[in-house]
Amino acid sequence: MKLVTAIVQPSKLDDVKDALERLGVLGMTVSQTQGYGRQKGHTEVYRGAEYAVDFIEKLRVEVLVDESNVDKVVDGIVTAARTGRVGDGKVWVTSVDTVVRVRTGETGVEAI
Amino acid sequence: MNSGDTAWVLVSAALVLLMTPGLAFFYGGMVRSRGVLNMLMMSLGSIGVVGVLWVLIGYSTAFGSDIGSAGLLGNPAEFFGLSSLLGEDQVSGTIPTLAFVGFQAMFAIITVALISGAIADRARFGPWLLFAGLWAVVVYFPVAHWVFAFDTKDDAGNVTAVGGWIANRLAAIDFAGGTAVHINAGAAALALALVLGKRQSWPKDPGKPHNLPFVVLGAGLLWFGWFGFNAGSALAANTTAAVTLVNTLVATSAATLGWLLAERIRDGHATTFGAASGIVAGLVAITPACSSVTPLGAIAVGAITGVVCALAVSLKYKFGYDDSLDVVGVHLVGGLMGTLLVGLFASSAAPAGVDGLFYGGGFDQLWRQAVGAVAVLAYSFVLSLVLALLVKAVVGFRVSAEDEAVGIDETEHAETAYHFGAERSARRSAVPADEVERKLEGSRA
Repeated sequence: MKLVTAIVQPSKLDDVKDALERLGVLGMTVSQTQGYGRQKGHTEVYRGAEYAVDFIEKLRVEVLVDESNVDKVVDGIVTAARTGRVGDGKVWVTSVDTVVRVRTGETGVEAI
Repeated sequence: MNSGDTAWVLVSAALVLLMTPGLAFFYGGMVRSRGVLNMLMMSLGSIGVVGVLWVLIGYSTAFGSDIGSAGLLGNPAEFFGLSSLLGEDQVSGTIPTLAFVGFQAMFAIITVALISGAIADRARFGPWLLFAGLWAVVVYFPVAHWVFAFDTKDDAGNVTAVGGWIANRLAAIDFAGGTAVHINAGAAALALALVLGKRQSWPKDPGKPHNLPFVVLGAGLLWFGWFGFNAGSALAANTTAAVTLVNTLVATSAATLGWLLAERIRDGHATTFGAASGIVAGLVAITPACSSVTPLGAIAVGAITGVVCALAVSLKYKFGYDDSLDVVGVHLVGGLMGTLLVGLFASSAAPAGVDGLFYGGGFDQLWRQAVGAVAVLAYSFVLSLVLALLVKAVVGFRVSAEDEAVGIDETEHAETAYHFGAERSARRSAVPADEVERKLEGSRA
């Protein structure tokens, strides 16, 4: 089992969700987060005073998937989340040892 | 007595009162979310303190019989409590004197509230109220006498009661308070900012405005109320009021454009904050000039001031004083601009106008304007400095560094403005529930 974690633009959440649903992904966890990449943040101006805003609002999407589905899920997210502009985010995959469904106690792929 | 005039002045008084809660939102939106309530409270506190003082001695000091005919101070005890002004025969021009008393009370209130923008996030609330009261008595009431108390004359033109020196002897034009309100408050703001010192984080992090829609809401309420401020100062529903209203509209429009243009060129963007600030700068500038310029003159006054104030708000970074919300840059500079530009753009075609420099009047009016402006600036700055140092020495003025970091709303007022998350709280000490229930039972029975 793998955990696919994606940091995406907030405006792309619906596209990502639609893509994952088309791929048969049944659930996901979304959280609000902030961060920056190589380009840093942006500058805001208030009465002539410039403020550097380093931490930009992003969404973190986490999906548990079976190993066989990882590539297409990653592709699906990357395609759906891409605007082509700086700040589109990152996707990474980590291994998961165990998954347990709280309600039934099922484990492994059954619990995804 | 004229019922139309009376109605207009009463409505104008209410409009001007609305400016102070409007100012509270204008200022409140500009601070961080952890200090918005304190910012609102400094305005509301001004209403409380100055409203009461006005009835006790304020009106008398500003508009009572001049002491020694020097034009400096009215007799503070003359109308103590205002009881002597309640009769049907108590009229001032074509309106009841008490309508004028109420109208002028609102000016005193908002002038004091204006100052609070300079000391956001770091002044203890009690000492602020103490300063507000002292400042009203020592600075505002006398200056209002200088500027707003006109001589009373008999039919032959002889002076029967002496008024303030700026309005009468100097004959500087200040229709609704460029000197008495804006230069006065701006100079006091500078003094307070110097006495209290910088915020911990300033100038590295001046604190972003937490709610620009509040700032725009406040600017809108100020503009709406300002029609009462300026056009109400005609003290009659007449041509002067109408000219004043139109000038208040167009000067402010031009100032908004001026500020935005300056920003677009300097920073690359026309901002919401700039538009709201331009509105206030224009309103400030046209206040002294609104009855003495033509609408075209008003556009010039507004546009010039809009640009100048947009540039002036960065002075604090250059000189290193933390005037948090730019009371100096907007009110002191805007007030000076408006007051001095009267000397250039005043036209005898306007109701209270004499020809200024650009209308063939030479320098006569300009030097009168300058003397009035400098006199109020100097008086207000020096006395404000003394009062602020006094308050600081006797009761202390600033919150502790820790309290400033936590947030002044929580530490000074035991409140916070916003509750978004799943913050958990339980009532700690209040009337026990069963006691409330017993009382309710009693009232039902």
